[in-house]
Amino acid sequence: MSTIDGGATLGETRSSAVVGVEEPKRPPRSRRRMREIGLAYLLLLPSLVIFGVFIFYPFLRNFYLGFYRTPPFPGLPMRYVGFDQYRDVLTSTDFLDSVKTTVLFMIMTVPAGIALGLGLAVLAHQRLKGIGVYRTIFSSTVATSVAVASVIFGTLFNPVVGLLPWLGVNPRPPILDNPQWALPAVALVTIWQTLGLTFILMSSGLQAIPDEIHEAARVDGAGAGTRFWKITIPLLSPTIFFAVVIGGIFAFQTFGQIDLLTQGGPLKKTNVLTYFVYRTLRTENNDGKAAVLAVALFTITMTLTLVQMRFLERRVHYGR
Amino acid sequence: MAAELPRPSSAGRTRARHLTGLAARYLLLTVLAIIVIFPLYITIVNSLLTPGQIAARPPKFFPLHPQWDTYSRAWDVGHMSRYLVNSAIVTAFITVGQVVTATLAAYAFAFLEFPFKRTLFVVFLATLMVPFEVTIITNLTTVTSLGWYDSYQGLAVPFLATGFGAFLLRQAFLQVPRDLQDAAELDGYGHWRFMLRVAVPLARPAMAALSVFAFLGAWNQYLWPLLVTKDDRYRTVQIGLKQLRATSIDQVNVTFAGVMIAALPLVILLLFFQKQLVRGLTAGAVKG
Repeated sequence: MSTIDGGATLGETRSSAVVGVEEPKRPPRSRRRMREIGLAYLLLLPSLVIFGVFIFYPFLRNFYLGFYRTPPFPGLPMRYVGFDQYRDVLTSTDFLDSVKTTVLFMIMTVPAGIALGLGLAVLAHQRLKGIGVYRTIFSSTVATSVAVASVIFGTLFNPVVGLLPWLGVNPRPPILDNPQWALPAVALVTIWQTLGLTFILMSSGLQAIPDEIHEAARVDGAGAGTRFWKITIPLLSPTIFFAVVIGGIFAFQTFGQIDLLTQGGPLKKTNVLTYFVYRTLRTENNDGKAAVLAVALFTITMTLTLVQMRFLERRVHYGR
Repeated sequence: MAAELPRPSSAGRTRARHLTGLAARYLLLTVLAIIVIFPLYITIVNSLLTPGQIAARPPKFFPLHPQWDTYSRAWDVGHMSRYLVNSAIVTAFITVGQVVTATLAAYAFAFLEFPFKRTLFVVFLATLMVPFEVTIITNLTTVTSLGWYDSYQGLAVPFLATGFGAFLLRQAFLQVPRDLQDAAELDGYGHWRFMLRVAVPLARPAMAALSVFAFLGAWNQYLWPLLVTKDDRYRTVQIGLKQLRATSIDQVNVTFAGVMIAALPLVILLLFFQKQLVRGLTAGAVKG
């Protein structure tokens, strides 16, 4: 460290300048510049190495892998097939169903999750004695992981020991084996697990809205409903927008819930895209096909995010 | 919403209405709180019951004779102690790594001038657009060929740097007053000393937020640990839960105890670092 420390010092030029006009003692300007540049690259290096090896290289290699068919038995060479594999995989029923399932899952989780988080945040945004306890409870699910939530709910759904069947929610076949109910059930787990995070997001958004605006509106005779729709929602729109975008990205990354609760079934009804990639990689050992799916996963997520930014952000009210 | 002063004339009636409203609010809040907390509550209760009691109908909502030994069974027989240690090691490794690499990179972006600065910054931001799920195919190959399958390195190294962290800390470093930089120069501070003695301490809130954020992300990881570990000795607690559930299929109580053990570190984090947690989670959200 000391060599570098002595190298590109902030101080050496300045201190000499203060003492007097000992200009010649200052290292040549270009050398100082070179040291600063060298230091900068040195500081960026660790991050760039990680990014290069574990993000950019594997990302780009997907496109390449997609051109090669993985042999049915390990040891045989990969076969170059051009765009054939892209075409085959992207037009397959399995893929299209998987995209449909993922979009459906997003529609089930994002709007409901945000509405619940926002509702709780508005309710907890009151000056009441003991409100802190409620806030802690409403944010409590951030302390759970996807695995924790899935194992808890998996047991609650269990047809023998579960509480949900006892409460009368007991379809045949059991919820998680039921083609109609499995996906909504996983969505419910997800909404609960992310509720704490959504609540925290919405609460901090609400806290950023100055009380005076509400006061002024109240003085002008605006009721609670008017204030909610005309003040809270517009001023909170950047936070809501953020939650929608992140929620969409999360939905396309859904994995743990599926692995722990349904393994993509029944009848592939919960075979979301990330789980499909995993299965193709792990069970089929088919790197080529998995790579095509990964490229699709990336493209869809990216497009979705850009579309949301394009069309939603226009309706977002920034600034004051 | 502050209580409004009741008008003297109809004081009694206004007061009564006020109290009713207050009671209604508390009632609504309490009902919602019970619904939200119920899954966690029943997990605690079930972890203290016997399997027979859990299956009993009507169910028990309070453990009259708590079976504390369930926890020691999950801890020992269910290997939760091992999983917990693994998670702690990997999480610490990732959190410290992310904070260090982000600090270094953010310092360069905030305080130094160099060619391709803008381009490199865009490269950092571009990493945020590639979901990790998209990279697993080649990463699995890479980690395996490095001999890192079933190892702490394999679990942690791919996550030692983040664009998000560099971005967050750069924002914080840019707030460091120019005067301080000049003063440090006068005192003959080099870049390293300025970083460690001035910039880092001033950016402490952002660093705390990043730490909590990194901790949470690392602790909750599921897909990657599932992919790169097979050996119980390296399984993290999230994957351990899957294992525990499979091995204690006739002992739901042990699974529930395992769930509580897995959740406890984050509960503690939430209770003691609520402010940093909120800041970390909302860092990206506030304003555009």
